[in-house]
Amino acid sequence: MKKFFFIFFFNIFLITNSSALIEIDITRGNLDPLPIAISPLHVDVKSENYEGMKIKELGENISKIIENNFRGTGLFNPLKKEAFVQKPDIAHLKPRFEDWRLIKAQALVTGKLLVKGEKLKVEFRLWDLAAAKEMTALAFTTTPSNWRRVAHIISDKIYERLTGEEGYFDTRIIYVAESGPKNQRIKKLAIMDQDGAKTKYLTLGNELVLTPRFNPTNQMVTYMSYFRNMPRVYLLDIETGTQEVVGNFPGMTFAPRFSPDGKKIVMSFAKDGNSDIYTMDLDSRVVERITDHSSIDTSPSFSPDGKFIAFNSDRSGLQQIYVMRSDGTGVKRITFGNGIYGTPVWSPRGDLIAFTKMRKGRFYIGVMRTDGSGERLLTENYYQEAPSWSPNGRVLVFYRETKSGSKGEGFSAKLWSIDITGYNERRLKTETDASDPSWSSLLSK
Amino acid sequence: MMFNKNLKNILLVIFATLILSACSTAKKSGNIEGDVYTGKETVKFLASGVPDRVFFATNKSSLTTASRATLRKQATYLRKNKNLTVTIEGHADERGTREYNLALGERRANAARDYLMTYGISGKRISVISYGKEKPVNPASTPLAWSQNRRSVTVKVN
Repeated sequence: MKKFFFIFFFNIFLITNSSALIEIDITRGNLDPLPIAISPLHVDVKSENYEGMKIKELGENISKIIENNFRGTGLFNPLKKEAFVQKPDIAHLKPRFEDWRLIKAQALVTGKLLVKGEKLKVEFRLWDLAAAKEMTALAFTTTPSNWRRVAHIISDKIYERLTGEEGYFDTRIIYVAESGPKNQRIKKLAIMDQDGAKTKYLTLGNELVLTPRFNPTNQMVTYMSYFRNMPRVYLLDIETGTQEVVGNFPGMTFAPRFSPDGKKIVMSFAKDGNSDIYTMDLDSRVVERITDHSSIDTSPSFSPDGKFIAFNSDRSGLQQIYVMRSDGTGVKRITFGNGIYGTPVWSPRGDLIAFTKMRKGRFYIGVMRTDGSGERLLTENYYQEAPSWSPNGRVLVFYRETKSGSKGEGFSAKLWSIDITGYNERRLKTETDASDPSWSSLLSK
Repeated sequence: MMFNKNLKNILLVIFATLILSACSTAKKSGNIEGDVYTGKETVKFLASGVPDRVFFATNKSSLTTASRATLRKQATYLRKNKNLTVTIEGHADERGTREYNLALGERRANAARDYLMTYGISGKRISVISYGKEKPVNPASTPLAWSQNRRSVTVKVN
């Protein structure tokens, strides 16, 4: 397997500081997306061939990925290229601001690239057209095969400059790829870029695999596998492909998730009809029991400061969400609304908990404050669950299943995303049916 | 008369619809009692007269009277076949979250295991595994299918 990490040489050569520049408020649903012109990157004529890549089209292809990223946010409206008024190389030097304003663009992205000596050199600039100013610029060097990540990193930098929030484009999603009839489903671990490109399958489908989750600090993954018919939590290094069972439990372990520092796994262990929450330290291998209750305790999720764990328990009779200190003390129920609640997931910003709610045969994805107040249901459907946060805490990805007919026909499972504003619901394209998504942190952080 | 004939036809259709709907309601309540499946449609047998599975109510793992009768038959059968070991597979329907369903399946399988043990079957002969909602026996999205999928199934290992 190719190494996932490439070294980027960042070289920030100009950042304009100005207070009057354009900004996007992403805390509300944006009904008036910012018109932005993304010029194809100019390809330097001195560029050399590299491993059969179509270098001439590289500038165009990078700009298309940026465009697609921006359209997916719902915050930007990338303008049609046919209307563009300047050649990429000239615009990159200094745009004729008044001409770009004529096509109603408010921001412009320009750039150029050179492939030489097996290296890809890229630079881009973001221009504020109303203020007639450069807002940010960046140049970096990497291997040419890394060009898609270049597009995502540029997207992140522009998103950060315009919204004031960290981006989420140079990220990946791990999920369970599904195929076959509903009662004989084949499930494989799969990973893809957040825009659906570069899908890789990490298991062969010989055994049932469920609920993969990224380590927030590196490219390790924890998931559940029925390898040898022993349902257990595993740890997988997606760079090397090595994997191991987590702990030595005499029964099913499931519902794993990493601690925010990536050093522990928190999960459920089921024995004699009772599921409780445990942690295992990945260095010392020390196992700690966190809950001890005759009810089902599962779906644990750490707060980003590591001090608390939200979890799902039916100790009140039905599934509800609870929060406790990470040593298991101070257990407090936080959901009291109509219906039952599952899959609490703490936002990476720490301010919200995302959840699945079930009520009157309908399934909702929602968010609430960490004390259970301020519940907002973002989307309702026949069946959906398992939200996972974008690393900036602005978007949730989850999966949705359709109702099936008497022989299981018409059944499908797909990944969807929605902004925590409740706007911008979108289906994520996957090669196969898909479930149990987990969003990585930024790769280039 | 034309009008009367039409009216007669309409009444007949209404009457037939009423009978049909009455039938389907009766059938439903015949196979599901208080949310628990009581039919035979998906049931297999460990031996003649020994059903392999018991059914549960939504979100529950308590055994019904019928389930206990089935498990006593399984216990009798296991006592007669002393070298036999079994795995009890616990399952849930598709209308819950995946992780909770894994726990629920485990709780259901253990409810059946515990009952077998109270009838003298050694725990060493009974292993359990939960499949949560992963292995539905009936793939339909109907209350009947869900009731058939909320089950624990005793499977011979050797």
